[in-house]
Amino acid sequence: MSKLNSKIPDGPLADKWTKHKAALKLVNPANKSKLDIIVIGTGLGGSSSASSLGELGYNVKVFSYQDSPRRAHSVAAQGGINAAKNYKNDNDSVYRLFYDMIKGGDFRAREANVYRAAEVSNLVIDHYTALGVPFARDYGGTIDNRSFGGVQVSRTFYAKGQTGQQCLVGAYSALTRQIKAGTVTMYPLRELMDIVVVDGKARGIITRNMLTGEVERHSAHAVVLATGGYGTIYYLSTLALNSNASAAWKAHRKGALFANPSFVQIHPTSIPVLNSYQSKLTLMSESLRNDGRVWVPKQQKDPRKPNDIPEEERDYYLERRYPAFGNLVPRDVASRAAKERCDAGFGVGSTGLSVYLDFRDAIKKKGKKAIENSYGNLFDMYEKISGESPYETPMRIYPAGHYTMGGLWVDYNLMTTVPGLYAVGESNFSDHGANRLGASSLMQCSGDGYFILPYTITDYLADDIRTPRIQTNLPEFEKAEKEAKDRINKLLSINGKETATSFHKRLGKIMWDYCGMVRNEEGLKKALVLIKELEDEFWKNLKVTGTNEELNQELEKAGRVADFFELGKLLCLDALNRKESCGAHFREESQTDTGEAKRNDDHYSYVAAWEYKGEGQEPELHKEELRFEFVKLQERSYK
Amino acid sequence: MNIKLKIWRQPNAKSKGRFETYPLNDVSSDMSFLEMLDYLNNNLIKDGKEPVAFEHDCREGICGSCGMYISGRPHGPQHKTTTCELHMREFKDGDTITVEPWRAASFPVIKDLIVDRSAFDKIMQAGGFITINAGAAQDANAILVPKKNADEAFDSATCIGCGACVAACKNTSAMLFIAAKVTHLALFPQGKIEAEQRVKSMVAKMDELGFGGCTNTRACEAECPKGISISNIAKLNREFFVAKLKE
Repeated sequence: MSKLNSKIPDGPLADKWTKHKAALKLVNPANKSKLDIIVIGTGLGGSSSASSLGELGYNVKVFSYQDSPRRAHSVAAQGGINAAKNYKNDNDSVYRLFYDMIKGGDFRAREANVYRAAEVSNLVIDHYTALGVPFARDYGGTIDNRSFGGVQVSRTFYAKGQTGQQCLVGAYSALTRQIKAGTVTMYPLRELMDIVVVDGKARGIITRNMLTGEVERHSAHAVVLATGGYGTIYYLSTLALNSNASAAWKAHRKGALFANPSFVQIHPTSIPVLNSYQSKLTLMSESLRNDGRVWVPKQQKDPRKPNDIPEEERDYYLERRYPAFGNLVPRDVASRAAKERCDAGFGVGSTGLSVYLDFRDAIKKKGKKAIENSYGNLFDMYEKISGESPYETPMRIYPAGHYTMGGLWVDYNLMTTVPGLYAVGESNFSDHGANRLGASSLMQCSGDGYFILPYTITDYLADDIRTPRIQTNLPEFEKAEKEAKDRINKLLSINGKETATSFHKRLGKIMWDYCGMVRNEEGLKKALVLIKELEDEFWKNLKVTGTNEELNQELEKAGRVADFFELGKLLCLDALNRKESCGAHFREESQTDTGEAKRNDDHYSYVAAWEYKGEGQEPELHKEELRFEFVKLQERSYK
Repeated sequence: MNIKLKIWRQPNAKSKGRFETYPLNDVSSDMSFLEMLDYLNNNLIKDGKEPVAFEHDCREGICGSCGMYISGRPHGPQHKTTTCELHMREFKDGDTITVEPWRAASFPVIKDLIVDRSAFDKIMQAGGFITINAGAAQDANAILVPKKNADEAFDSATCIGCGACVAACKNTSAMLFIAAKVTHLALFPQGKIEAEQRVKSMVAKMDELGFGGCTNTRACEAECPKGISISNIAKLNREFFVAKLKE
């Protein structure tokens, strides 16, 4: 029997979730407090899961490596959160939101999951509003919406450029209320070391207390991962520096299949690398491409300042290559085109890895004031980082790793292939296919945590009401704790010369060069060799200062980088296996005559779910065929 | 450029701390302040020394992790800027830069530049929320909120919980932090219902945790990286006295 039973209910698309919910089992209130649930992560997915499960009366324990739940990386989402409210009367609907997502994902997501995400989106907005999230409003007091990411309707709810921050503070406040009520216990500053599986079910975790180094055992009837994405595998990305893949990777090693790992979104408009010490790439909203023109000099390595280069010596390459869409081509196309120019030696800036985004013509046409009204805060942010004013000199931008559509494989109940182990939000793979549309990540992780997981996990726990509190002296806990300690000791005892950060940078470069925006067979095979070599070097030459029994940031980094090597190999394997281009995954071998992505529905209309087979073993590929009953597959076209 | 750093080093909460001086050469003016510290740490590790522990995460001014005192000012010399957004071009060749953790009894030092800010979470638990369970909300447009209120609420809600207001205050008061939350929630009809209880509970918790009172020096407003106005404190005082009068 296949390992992959998606448990998608039969019936018409619009009835699936309703029908499924009606069949889910319940747990009576008196029994809920006897059931323990562990939630890892306090971003929107984790906070929403933990608070809503606490509200239901479960005994919840929530873990985070942050000192406070409010610092989780959902805080940095800028643009907005989608919902199918149709407040603008522009004929939006649940179906339309579903369709935009399934098409935007290049037909590599499940219809039923995507439809449900759209269906619960309205409840999410209602809840955040009730929690006091200050969404932008119109003069009559109703909530305002804007359009986003090339969609034809205005369905994006926003709080200036801080939508993620405001939603997270709202979700954090709800979580805080449950902590005070005693239904949720918060364990801050904990690093997840392992998932404990007892008799085939997830029954607990091993953590490291980041203040004392103590390795701890925590048990529960079920475990929920809300641990975000793995974009920091590229070292430089738009993500927070502490974001990492370790929790998901530990789950993978304990039997959870990892789906579509190579589906990574590269965002085209980030502030580029300015020096070799750079640690972070800050996103500039893609709305800037509405007025900015992207160009590079026609002359390679042109030493002149941008304003000294005359019009006829500038190559507006997006307008040249895509006359119909010009600067407004989709994210993946804009990213690849920038890379192509820079690789060919036309890039600008001291590193040669950036292109100009020029507002000169827009300022001339609309006036400085109008541009300031639209983009003032972004221009200020850019100036703070780069020291240059975009009013005077063109911005320099370059693509950066941003969001990972891939993640732990989950069924319709959001359960991984390990019974009792759930994954929500970015840490699962389920809703965005091969490419995520803007403003749909906040929507998905909140919907998962508030309105899906509480129902589906209850169904699972209904069979556990007679299971007493799980004891942490079971041999499985003992073994997992010992392995965690052994690994810490191993990292500390190498005593080599190179820091974890240095290895991370080198791994990031391999990933970026061979498994970034553009991939091909030769490069991916080379990357697999290079990663292996680097990994071997890491285990021989890593230097970690200090000891385990203290706050030790070098040790934390080392553990995360070690997991990135293993995940990096899986990314390359997955990209190698998928010999088609779809969404953000672009295989050079699979493109049209004009260099556009060419999907291969006959052979690759499936979710690639990888099973861990042990240290040094090839992972096994399982395929979940995607069935499209309600939409017709078509080419994503923008010409 | 070449600079000299005077950094507070303290191995843990129990031990005594002291300043250590580190000369640092070849600092690029394009580096962010935290990247400069990364660079220093890299050198320290190469020399077999303990790197400086400091908190950071998003590095774009939004998570509130990276609090530190830089040359006598929370988050350094640039107005409305977090440490991670501060760049070395704000400094000159030959500068001596002093770097210290937040200094407040309610924020005890954990290690080097890292302090324990869990007191803020405790204040939030005392009432920094609106009581509603998932699923109980009505349609988001069912309760209208004047745009002016929503915009003002947003301005208060931009607080990132970094603690600069407390560190800047000679009384180590958390009034701006609490005032921003109280104001934000009281501006919404949904939050108004619990407003009186909220303000009393949050202020009581602040006092219990050892934060000082407000004497209107406005240091918090001047140093807040998000520019949260001291008028929030005036609103908090009004909310507080009205609530107390009704007792």
